[in-house]
Amino acid sequence: MKLKLTLLSLVFTIFTVLIGCEPLLVLDPKGPQAATTANVIWISIATMAFIVIAVFVLLVFVLFKYRASKQSKDYEPPHIEGNKYVEGIIVGIPVLIIIFLSIVSVKSTYEVESVPEGYENQDPIVIYASSSNWKWHFSYPEQDIETVNYVFIPTNQPIEFRLYSHGPITSFWIPQLAGQKYAMADMITTINLAAETPGEYMGRNANFSGEGFAENTFNVTALSNDEFDTWVDEIHDTAEPLTEDEFNELLEPGHLGQMTYTGTHLDFSPAPEGEHGGHDHGPELETDSSSDHGNSEHNNHE
Amino acid sequence: MEFFERFAVPHPSPLIYASMVAIGLTVIAIMAGITYFKKWGYLWREWLTTVDHKKIGIMYIISALLMLFRGGADAVMMRLQTAVPENSFLDAQHYNEVFTTHGIVMIIFMAMAFIIGLMNFAVPLQIGARDVAFPRLNAISFWLYFAGAMLFNISFVIGGSPDAGWTNYYPLASNDFSTSVGVNYYNWALQISGIGTLMTGINFIVTILKMRAPGMKLMKMPMFTWSALITNIIIVFAFPVLTIALLMGTFDRQFATHFFTTGDGGMDMMWANLFWVWGHPEVYILILPAFGIYSEVISTFSRRNLYGYKSMVASMVIISLLSFFVWVHHFFTMGQDALTNSIFSVTTMAIAIPTGIKIFNWLLTMWKGKIEFTVPMLYSVAFIPLFTIGGVTGVMLGMASADYQYHNTMFLVAHFHNVIIPGVVFAMLAGLTYWWPKMFGFKLNERIGKWGFWNLTIGFCLAFFPMYITGLDGQARRMYTYSEATGFGPLNMLSFLGAGIMAIGFIFIVYNVYYSFRYAPRNVGDDPWNARSLEWATHNPVPEYNFAITPQVNSSQAFWDSKKHGHQLFNKDDLKEIHMPNNSGLPIIMAGLFFVFGFSFVFYIWPGVILSGIGILACMAYRSFEKDDGYHISIKEIKETEDKFGGAK
Repeated sequence: MKLKLTLLSLVFTIFTVLIGCEPLLVLDPKGPQAATTANVIWISIATMAFIVIAVFVLLVFVLFKYRASKQSKDYEPPHIEGNKYVEGIIVGIPVLIIIFLSIVSVKSTYEVESVPEGYENQDPIVIYASSSNWKWHFSYPEQDIETVNYVFIPTNQPIEFRLYSHGPITSFWIPQLAGQKYAMADMITTINLAAETPGEYMGRNANFSGEGFAENTFNVTALSNDEFDTWVDEIHDTAEPLTEDEFNELLEPGHLGQMTYTGTHLDFSPAPEGEHGGHDHGPELETDSSSDHGNSEHNNHE
Repeated sequence: MEFFERFAVPHPSPLIYASMVAIGLTVIAIMAGITYFKKWGYLWREWLTTVDHKKIGIMYIISALLMLFRGGADAVMMRLQTAVPENSFLDAQHYNEVFTTHGIVMIIFMAMAFIIGLMNFAVPLQIGARDVAFPRLNAISFWLYFAGAMLFNISFVIGGSPDAGWTNYYPLASNDFSTSVGVNYYNWALQISGIGTLMTGINFIVTILKMRAPGMKLMKMPMFTWSALITNIIIVFAFPVLTIALLMGTFDRQFATHFFTTGDGGMDMMWANLFWVWGHPEVYILILPAFGIYSEVISTFSRRNLYGYKSMVASMVIISLLSFFVWVHHFFTMGQDALTNSIFSVTTMAIAIPTGIKIFNWLLTMWKGKIEFTVPMLYSVAFIPLFTIGGVTGVMLGMASADYQYHNTMFLVAHFHNVIIPGVVFAMLAGLTYWWPKMFGFKLNERIGKWGFWNLTIGFCLAFFPMYITGLDGQARRMYTYSEATGFGPLNMLSFLGAGIMAIGFIFIVYNVYYSFRYAPRNVGDDPWNARSLEWATHNPVPEYNFAITPQVNSSQAFWDSKKHGHQLFNKDDLKEIHMPNNSGLPIIMAGLFFVFGFSFVFYIWPGVILSGIGILACMAYRSFEKDDGYHISIKEIKETEDKFGGAK
């Protein structure tokens, strides 16, 4: 028992030291959505710590008090069937805890699924984030630019990421700004978020998608509105336009550095939404093994 | 030559070639050994053709331990690869194959086999039956499982392992993105062993409902039998979903259908749904028998009856129902609306209530008891706090909004290992140690067992608690490497050390089997633990007919009552001739044909598929027309056997 307690205290020390060093990404939010989830996590950790401690205390007490070596040889433990009051308590308290957590869970789920609080009246900046093996393509239809493996966003403005995939299911995740969501080939999913502190954030695909999955990351830079506009203008001055051939080359499996283009691929290869949604017109990754059927359909897009 | 090219491993490495040689040498050594000691006849008569539930149980457990070794080797390889940043021990493709096979081997071929093995051994004894309801079907179940396991395990030396994760999500698992035959192996190995599991489910439901000893009403069954009944009901409802999903996957990959494609009317999300409609109940298929074992062990070594028997049963029934209504929590992030996620979030967290009842009932069973810290009890006592931690992190994951941050991270990995290892694996080891004397007539050494226990427990804490932290720090699961800048290095190194300590614990457990086999005293008696349920009322080891006289039952701990309160279990006048089932070679032959069928299908070898398919049908036809009435053991023979075991009971 002593060994176990020492061990546990060791583990807890390691925990606290590590947490003390540097805030963990998920618990160091830089926007309202991630702040909501961080709060939910802290609430649940506190509630759960209460349960864990209660069970630990009861267990240690029972093991210590009723161990055989402490009792007389002829002690015969009693036969106890159960007691409705005791059982009422061990049902009742968990029920109350679960009701409490359910309310927190439902309320926060609705919150993170909608436009962040305080930003409802602003028009969101729409960015399409589509994944291909093993890259992220960011298309800004309003700004008419496209980037690969990095994304700039203005602070204090609602951003609507529309996610889809040119290949396997991926999961779009910027831990410090919002929780993740899947990107799939046949439909659009949406993440609403806002960044409130300028800075650089880690973003990645969190869902296993094959050989190049580990390096399937992107950089997120949040900067002020003016700087963001300057950045967009600069791209229009310097970058080359994105052609369909070039885009198809980008889709080839592999890793690429950061790239910048004017125009977006949405013009010639629309996202799977509206009339392009469903399961008939999803943009397909051209592979040798795709069926004849698929190829003929792909040609129709031209 | 072209024909043989398909069997080449697509991504060879020295490690794989070394394993090929090792597998080849081991097989040759085993074959040579059996031939040298002239054991083929014994093996065939006593084990390969047996329909005895006890022997089948033991074969399940041996296979499970082998698979534990395989899956454990995978685990250590993964931890080694991620122990330091930018490690190059495994490349991405190999790492992907390793974690895929680790998941499948551990869940399907280790944990499932282990629980079914223990159920096979203990349930008929606990209810006072002579065997399961359909003994030959039981043998077929085992051999199909075994064929599936072998088929899966040869994948990494012939043709390539599956590499799309154990969840095998489409479109990643389609031909477009997973080009080796690995996923075909996945489909067929799981299909074949899954059919075996489904038959086990039917077999045990019938056994428990129809073959209980006189007086054993449902509410007088031992708790492990109750857990087995509920588990098998879940199996019968959940496994057909897997069967169909795998079949659809096979059609997609091998016959160009479009069930799970992203175009042409297919729906990749359907696989995720079907997989988890099976996959979540599967989790409870694993944990409920574990709960049953803990109930037996804690009650035995606290010298007390199980507290709150009725609420224990009720909570298992509720868990089994809820287990079918939570599958969406495996993909809260797939884009369904907040209402859907909220509903599944609440049902998920609701499972904590019946589970919590069980935890408190175990604590209350120990209360006022007389607790002895034997090895099975140590596992059970460590289970309570560790499983509580795993359980509460499960509730945390069940909160949909927060799950957006935990999903696909090491936090999730930490959680499910935190419930499966202290929950299922500890229970299996506790159950194995507990029933070992019943199986073999001697106890495992307590001292070595405790070394194994402490290594496993300490190793477990070191290996998995750090993952909660790296998960919250943004480490996604299934990454074969990470950069130094992420800062994940030290904690991953700690995990690797923990995995190493767990491996040492496993070595202690295996060594304990060897040591006890050689040195343990053989005179432990029929009831070495001073236990409470019926299986301890017969001899050690158990004669083939289990009980010479069918026992009379008055409560859930009939044997305890017979020891303490003068309840009469056996009425000497009831000694009758015993009807037993005959051995049969058909199950192993059929499973061999299934193996050929699966293997040929994986590689598109149609003649093999057709011939083995005809063979399987021929076996079934033969069985239909076969006349087999079993055999009878006369009263004289029973008396002789009983005398040999030290007097009639």
